[in-house]
Amino acid sequence: MATKGFVISRLPGFNPIAGLVFVGLYLPIIILVVYSFNAGRSVAGWEGFSLHWYTVAWENDAVKAATVRSLYLAASAAVISTFLATLAALGTTRRKAFGGQTFIYVMINQPLMVPEVVSAVALLIFFAMIKQATGYAGMGYLIAAHSAFCIPFAYLPIRARLEGMDMTLETAASDLYASNWQAFRFVTLPLLLPGIFAGMMLAFVTSLDDVVITVFVKSAGQDTLPTYMLGQIRRQVTAEINAISTVLLALTVLLLTLFVLLTRKKD
Amino acid sequence: MSPAEQAEVTRSARTGWLLSAPALVVLTLAAIGPLAIVVAYSFMPPGEYGNVTWGFSLEAWQGILFTKDIFDGSLAWADANLTIFWRSVKLSVMTTVFAFLVGFPTAWFIATRPPKARAMWLFLITIPFWTNLLIRTFAITEIIRKEGLLNTVFLKLHIISQPFEMIYTDTAVFIGMTYVYLPLMVLPLFASLDRFDMRLLEAAYDLYANPWQVLRKVIMPIVKPGIIAGSILVFVPSLGAYVTPRLLGGGKNMMIGNFIELQFGQGRNWPLGASLSVMLLIIVTGALLVYVRYANRETRNGH
Repeated sequence: MATKGFVISRLPGFNPIAGLVFVGLYLPIIILVVYSFNAGRSVAGWEGFSLHWYTVAWENDAVKAATVRSLYLAASAAVISTFLATLAALGTTRRKAFGGQTFIYVMINQPLMVPEVVSAVALLIFFAMIKQATGYAGMGYLIAAHSAFCIPFAYLPIRARLEGMDMTLETAASDLYASNWQAFRFVTLPLLLPGIFAGMMLAFVTSLDDVVITVFVKSAGQDTLPTYMLGQIRRQVTAEINAISTVLLALTVLLLTLFVLLTRKKD
Repeated sequence: MSPAEQAEVTRSARTGWLLSAPALVVLTLAAIGPLAIVVAYSFMPPGEYGNVTWGFSLEAWQGILFTKDIFDGSLAWADANLTIFWRSVKLSVMTTVFAFLVGFPTAWFIATRPPKARAMWLFLITIPFWTNLLIRTFAITEIIRKEGLLNTVFLKLHIISQPFEMIYTDTAVFIGMTYVYLPLMVLPLFASLDRFDMRLLEAAYDLYANPWQVLRKVIMPIVKPGIIAGSILVFVPSLGAYVTPRLLGGGKNMMIGNFIELQFGQGRNWPLGASLSVMLLIIVTGALLVYVRYANRETRNGH
């Protein structure tokens, strides 16, 4: 061994840089949260603790409508994409490699690879055509777009769960004369549920956070929380945005913690 | 393979396709299919009030680099466009390099913690990664804008007498993009470093290597796939960035993403927007293919 106090993995300067990175990552977010409780208008000065901006946001009808729309959209997209992703994950795992499997992978992960602004432009053009042809201008476009780009986020944890599952249990079920459906319903599905919930959560967060595609696809009067915020930040910034951000942030951290708990491997 | 086995394989493949079909249909309608329309639009002449008119034209592709004189139809370099491309590439490269310079020590720090603590530090990187990009960009805005925290603090401490203008500059966009995309660098670097065999360090130090040599000659070559993965994961979204340059760069300091949007808004030149989108898509796909090649090489080497 080397001399006393010598840590083999220590590289000079690395730990201080890492420390600065963590401070740098969190300081802006912490400041944003702290100033959401400021009685004053913005970060220009601290004028005492207050829940004023939360009340302002709560009583703002535009914020209320955007919140309801965001939640409705995220819930719809999460349910639809998770359903589709579960089927696709069952179709693409735990069977002999078949022709076109790579094609299916590429198709499913495509939303992760194409720059968001390009997808957004493509959807804008395509939906403009449909709008012109049918006259329909409802939430259907946003739900379809969100469901599509959420599929890979729902797919990945479900597939990971399936691949880690013990196949012998299903074989045992079949040996006990369970039909394919019974084996799936009573053995595979219950074991898969944590993966499905994890996938649904990622899909929900992904949909809730989306800005670019929503900005391009939405019709007039279809602001979601992020697009509402984008519009506000461009104009006059008040700490109302800080308050909304803090609530969204808390929701994300909560869902992520649940996700980690659900996907944690038992040691 | 016996006929029975053959039939079993065919049946399994058919079930695989059937189960994937609903997802593929939705993806085709609301993701891939529309991309094909973008490609088609890039070869059409623009309509007078946006959209396109039916026909074939290469003008949109020409328009990426050249402007046509309205009077004599002669071509000249489109300086405005070139400035935007140059800024996009420059800022994306700067973001990638800087993210690597600070991301590598961070990933190393996490990888060298004891297992329990490692999960905690990793979670601390994951939270910003999943936090709304808009919120994170807004957090930076709050700090660097004219009435922002930095100016307020510096003015109070009499370090400066006039608020400095940092927001709506390239520097602001660079800071913002590094901030929002840094986790994309740290996560793959960590994945590589996590599997690094620390005994190699011992061997290197026993052979009188200094820390710098250990870093350059031992660690870096082994985690090269992680470095490439992280760099591409940062470079690709930087090049297509929309929200960050819009909020921090303002109207003047556009990047390709904002320039594309402009063609569908005030610009009223949908075909040009389409050709720019296809160009961006080609660059990004190229970068991702490099990534896939390196990722495969890594698996083959049995790491």
